[in-house]
Amino acid sequence: MNALLLLIPLALAMGLGALWLFLWSLRSRQYEDLDGAAQRILFDDKDGPGQ
Amino acid sequence: MTADARPVPAAEQRSLSGCAHCGAPVPSGERFCCTGCEAAHGIVSGLGLSAFYARRSGEAGAIRPDDEAPAFDPAPHLRDRGDGTAELDLMLAGLTCGACVWLVEQALGAEPSVGRARVNLTTRRLSLRFAGGEEEARRLVRLLARLGFRAAPWTPACLSAAEDREMRELLRALGIAAFGAMNVMLVSVAVWFGDDMGDATRHLMHWLAAAIGLPVVLLAGMPFYRSAFGALAAGRANMDLAVSLGVLATALMSLSETFRNGPYTWFDGATLLLALLLAGRVLDRAARGRARRAVAELLALQQGSVTRLLPGGATETIAAERAEAGDTLLVAAGERLRLDATLLDREALLDTSATTGESLPRRFLGGEPLPAGAINMGAPFRAAVAATAAEGSLAALSRLLANAEAAKGRIASLADRAARLYVPVVHAVAAATFLLWFALLGATWQEALVPAVAVLIITCPCALAIAVPAVRVVATGALFRRGVLVAHPTALERLATADHAVLDKTGTLTEGRPDLLPDPERDDAALRRAASIARASRHPLARALVRACPDAAAAEGVIEVPGKGLIAGDARLGSPSFVGLADGFEGMTLVLREGEATPVVFRFRDRLRPDSAEAVARLHALGLSTELLSGDGPQAVEDAALAAGIGPWQAQASPAEKAERIADLVAAGRRPLMVGDGINDAGALALAHVSAAPGTGTDLAQSASDLVLRAGGLAPLPAAIRIARRAERIARQNISFSFAYNLVAVPAAVAGLATPLIAAAVMASSSLIVIGNALRAAKDPR
Repeated sequence: MNALLLLIPLALAMGLGALWLFLWSLRSRQYEDLDGAAQRILFDDKDGPGQ
Repeated sequence: MTADARPVPAAEQRSLSGCAHCGAPVPSGERFCCTGCEAAHGIVSGLGLSAFYARRSGEAGAIRPDDEAPAFDPAPHLRDRGDGTAELDLMLAGLTCGACVWLVEQALGAEPSVGRARVNLTTRRLSLRFAGGEEEARRLVRLLARLGFRAAPWTPACLSAAEDREMRELLRALGIAAFGAMNVMLVSVAVWFGDDMGDATRHLMHWLAAAIGLPVVLLAGMPFYRSAFGALAAGRANMDLAVSLGVLATALMSLSETFRNGPYTWFDGATLLLALLLAGRVLDRAARGRARRAVAELLALQQGSVTRLLPGGATETIAAERAEAGDTLLVAAGERLRLDATLLDREALLDTSATTGESLPRRFLGGEPLPAGAINMGAPFRAAVAATAAEGSLAALSRLLANAEAAKGRIASLADRAARLYVPVVHAVAAATFLLWFALLGATWQEALVPAVAVLIITCPCALAIAVPAVRVVATGALFRRGVLVAHPTALERLATADHAVLDKTGTLTEGRPDLLPDPERDDAALRRAASIARASRHPLARALVRACPDAAAAEGVIEVPGKGLIAGDARLGSPSFVGLADGFEGMTLVLREGEATPVVFRFRDRLRPDSAEAVARLHALGLSTELLSGDGPQAVEDAALAAGIGPWQAQASPAEKAERIADLVAAGRRPLMVGDGINDAGALALAHVSAAPGTGTDLAQSASDLVLRAGGLAPLPAAIRIARRAERIARQNISFSFAYNLVAVPAAVAGLATPLIAAAVMASSSLIVIGNALRAAKDPR
């Protein structure tokens, strides 16, 4: 019983944290350009794409 | 990797079969397909951005600089920030890969005036901030054009296609529902398998499930509740009503079970149902969003500005919407007239094929009204605006289209028709179950509620609600890859049932531009000579000559006599009268006369697209009858009908007659598929059972259509019909499967044998089967 009192709130807090992160990323428009974001990670300002 | 005069980098050697800039096929030994690409390559190398070519992965030819495209003036779209800098949002065509994004951002960033350049690859939006005014904006747009990226204004349509509020709301709801489903399951699994659990512990678990499940059901279900409420208000039942009632009833029943500490709560089922359905919605919307953005891009490329002549003789470029009646416009050669106007000059030659379907340009005299949508084929002329954009003929047509669009919105989709059958039956069964347990078997009302609601949730509105959207997602994606953009949610279902194709001629069956007719008696040297002179002009016939002999070098010292012809030394190229012949030639003709040599006549015709006849034959093979409905003259229409293998044809049809013909067909019980590209087709397109417009067509035709054929031409249409029919068949299979599932599940639920565990298993397995079946819709069954 003691284990439940600790673990259930812990599990819920982790779930809520993930939900909050998701909603935050949605609000800060990180889902607006998924194609671009996937490519952008390969850029490098100095040497060119993919170098 | 830096750019300099080193040997060709490895990446370029690999793509030697293609143009070093745009990747289009080139003759062996050549590095570039055209001078534009060569210049673009020079700019890119000069900026030290050659690494672009190593990573370019776009469609070949997508970034070929197009010197025939009308220049776009960004001046009306500038937003002055007040401190000497300005902001500009542009839609950028030709952006096909991440490397393009990099190239554009780097090339613009290298400009000293540019403070910020950011490209969104999904929406093709370029956000620019730079120091300077209109002149600087034009320079930057020209730079983009020289690199091969065509800029267009970021229109409200682009914005609404990109700023998808509904999509964000669906994503938010999906996140909440997924969180809820997973965390309720954490508690539920403990209840399902915790046989040795004490009563108090189980009650705690129930309250926990309720604390998570209730808010989640209320928040994440909003998109469904809203749609269901809308349908109820209109006096109809739709799929969302079934979902809403099922979910809300389950939540209420679970709450009652929580209070009385029953064996199970059903919050897991309700939240899982919402999460699965929302995932389906998100995918459906994403698939259509891609098509919607592509259509908005095509439309933006046609958005235009007009050149206003100021009293002092100066000109300014303004957005077409800002021109007022009475303003004097200057219409350049090759420019499309955006507004209804009256001709101020003595005469003008206009291509009215978009408004009437005539393939030959028509001569207008001073004082005559000019229709909006016509293209100037001759010399630049002045015209007085007769009506503003909001009051002109195009706006009236747009309003008509909006009405027709609303009428189409009322066509129920297959899923909603199934729901009409399904909702009353299921709810009657649920009510009967409640009465059976409460009145006949003597259960308490709380106990009787459990099997009754179990009927609602186990009848799988899930599989049923996913059945059609899943197929639509897959089929829409398959069509997108084949260059068919599905713009309307029920377009595929309507395309599948079309039984008669009504085709427009100019621009749909034909290229919509003049092409040189072959003539065995003509001397090749004469053609080469004519083409080299013609290079100096932007006149459509001159361009057709250049297309016929693309490697002719430009002649020197060519003088253009606007609207008449070209003079190069003692050679004259132009209309028969211009070179001194009697004007007795039919059709589009150019004559080359060099000194006293025999004049050489070049005839042009709007030629049938090479794939038209085959596409028509395939339509016949699919069981569609065809007819040709054109505004052009009888001879041209009959020729085209014969060449394309189309039976009945009607020539000189006015826009109203076209729309009437479609209305007659619909009234006679036919389901016409209308294909057309002109402003004169828009009414017919909107009235037809289903309609398609080539991507090369006018913006009005495209926005009136359910489908846009991106490449132009009919070639992808037969495949689209096959895929639509197959999708329709698979959707029906899915619906029958869901019904069959219910035949087994409902008796179990009525008997009170269903537990939440069984409901969850049934829900997940039936949805998986339906989705698996839907994946087959991508295959072209040919």
